[in-house]
Amino acid sequence: MSATKVSGSEVRAPEIPGGDTNAPEVSADRARPGAPTRRGALPYVLLLPAVLWLLVLFLVPMVYQASTSLQTGSLEEGFEVTWHVRTYADAFGAYWPQFARSLLYAGSATLLCLVLGYPLAYLIAVKAGRWRHTLLVLVVAPFFTSFLIRTLAWKAILADGGTVVALLDRLHVLDVTGALGWTEGNRLLATPLAVVCGLTYSFLPFMILPLYASLDRVDVRLHEAARDLYASAPAVFRRVTLPLSLPGIVSGTLLTFIPASGDYINAELLGSTDTRMAGNVIQSQFLRVLDYPTAAALSFLLMAVVLLLVTVYIRRAGTEDLVR
Amino acid sequence: MYDGPRRVTQTAGSPRTAAALTRRSLLRATGAGALSIGPLGTLAGCGIPPARRGGDGPTAPDHSADEKRVVFSNWTEYMDVSEDGERHPTLQDFTRRTGIKVSYTTDINDNVEFFGKIRPQLAAGQDTGRDLVCVTDWLAARMIRLGWARPLNPANLPHAYANLAAQFRSPDWDPGRAHSYPWTGTATVIAYNARATGGRTVDSVSQLLDDPRLAGRVALLAEMRDTVGMTLLDLGKDPAVCTDEDVDAALARLRGAVDRGQIRRFTGNDYTADLDSGDIAACLAWAGDVVQLRADNPDIKFAIPASGYLSSTDNLLVPAGARHQTNAEKLIDHYYRPPVAARLAAYINYVCPVDGVRAELARIDPSMADDPLIIPDAATAAASHAFRSLGGAEETAYEEKFATLIGA
Repeated sequence: MSATKVSGSEVRAPEIPGGDTNAPEVSADRARPGAPTRRGALPYVLLLPAVLWLLVLFLVPMVYQASTSLQTGSLEEGFEVTWHVRTYADAFGAYWPQFARSLLYAGSATLLCLVLGYPLAYLIAVKAGRWRHTLLVLVVAPFFTSFLIRTLAWKAILADGGTVVALLDRLHVLDVTGALGWTEGNRLLATPLAVVCGLTYSFLPFMILPLYASLDRVDVRLHEAARDLYASAPAVFRRVTLPLSLPGIVSGTLLTFIPASGDYINAELLGSTDTRMAGNVIQSQFLRVLDYPTAAALSFLLMAVVLLLVTVYIRRAGTEDLVR
Repeated sequence: MYDGPRRVTQTAGSPRTAAALTRRSLLRATGAGALSIGPLGTLAGCGIPPARRGGDGPTAPDHSADEKRVVFSNWTEYMDVSEDGERHPTLQDFTRRTGIKVSYTTDINDNVEFFGKIRPQLAAGQDTGRDLVCVTDWLAARMIRLGWARPLNPANLPHAYANLAAQFRSPDWDPGRAHSYPWTGTATVIAYNARATGGRTVDSVSQLLDDPRLAGRVALLAEMRDTVGMTLLDLGKDPAVCTDEDVDAALARLRGAVDRGQIRRFTGNDYTADLDSGDIAACLAWAGDVVQLRADNPDIKFAIPASGYLSSTDNLLVPAGARHQTNAEKLIDHYYRPPVAARLAAYINYVCPVDGVRAELARIDPSMADDPLIIPDAATAAASHAFRSLGGAEETAYEEKFATLIGA
């Protein structure tokens, strides 16, 4: 739980050595000769494992991939850095539809997660009482099985001959979704809707947990105060609950959107040739075509596009401004 | 996506590699000249060396004599299993006879994925931790071409040499089987679920691509050679001698079907579940899977198109840098003893590449000895075609076009 509270925009600045004026006084009581240097180094020692971890498993691969994206060659002749920047332009020119699709699907899934997750998070935080912990465990329960198994389960649920398809067909829902281009004919599998549903399901807990964390911190007496001041229930929600839960919404949407835009398993298993996302292209370029530079360039492009969108989003929905 | 336990014993600091890397980065740094300041120099320093290092030249030392073990990586469901599901009788047999312990891992799910996994070690001239791997012929061809498969010592392969069936003896990518021996043959055929097709047969690629009653319920294979090869045959071209134009024509034919929404998905091995449930009515399939599927579901049928079918092999190779080559060769030879081969074939139901297995197989199950999908009869063998081996640049070009076809 604590991890999710920290993960989003809720993050408080870590205590910087010497930044906290109280610290020296408090610890001065226990200070022994020679101790100050050790105390000063402690934060850095604590940081060391994480920094090393990131350095080895994030920074080094990033540099390696950046280099790969600027290479040309083949397996036989080897790959050399030739600063061939055109790879980026060519890759984007060829695969922009998959990029657009990634963002569209990830965006839709994030929106769906929010719509499904907010009421549930609210219920757990405010109304659940003694059921709260049970409900939270249930939210996390899907993680006890493998990601792959969960996605494959959707194939069984949405199967052509299955009850879900039969029911939606009888209710003429499929006619509507078909007209919108979300489904094809009388089926759900191998359609955009199935991929978006799969993404939504996969990342729903990442939305619910930060939402819960921030709703949990809303003081219920604020609701009572608002009601005392003659605010209607919708007004209380709009003016009190929603603004106070915005940090949770921001971190939830980020935690959902970012991994969803890079996902390829859902598109691979639940989609068709028309639903392939950027992740599928990267996988295929890397493993099938053996065009490592293009695969690396695509990875960086995806990262850049997502980073750009997220920056704009955080700027506009900057939690400091919103919470006021 | 996670594989079983892997025994990767990388020797990261082997002196040869370390020396090569230092020299390399040094050359790069000098070559980059003015650019070699800071991050740019770092970027330039991490190229990928050309593949043909070592190759058939100096081999890593063979520890077979003092380490009585061999590490064998294979596909899932590609080995006989005892009644209790715990042991592999034919492997046990091998250990009993030779005293060599087999570490058997089923960590191959997909050729391209597996290649992606072992490539960095092979490219760096390191041991992959495996002494024997089983890969489809085009990947075997690529590994041999890149010098990443060790030439085999015929002295350790008497049974294999004597019993290899004639049709498998000299593929164009490995003349005389100098580096590889087939584990099984596979046939790419058409499979359909009779319940889903309403009892109709599906017996041609044209029908898969055009029949409106199958629209949206057809799957093709994500293996380029299988799907393109079967389409080439349907167009009257022989995949063994096809030209660029032929391949383009086949791809255009497939593109039309994809654009019309005829094709539901391009699949790997996972088509079996969809075919079984009827979500896929008809598809391209591997014959061994069909034999296994129809044992549980009588609606599953297969058809060999009049235009012929594509056959390929899964091959045993000793990857460069392997520690126990001799042990691995003994293991290959073990599976070319007809009684062992028959027991394996009876269990996994794929085409058996071993001569003299029919009598042994008849003793286990007479119906299998007559199944053309396990021991091809003359007519079935005549309808078989192989995709010609492709050069590196050609392979990349075809795979790229095919990747565009399947959506990425």
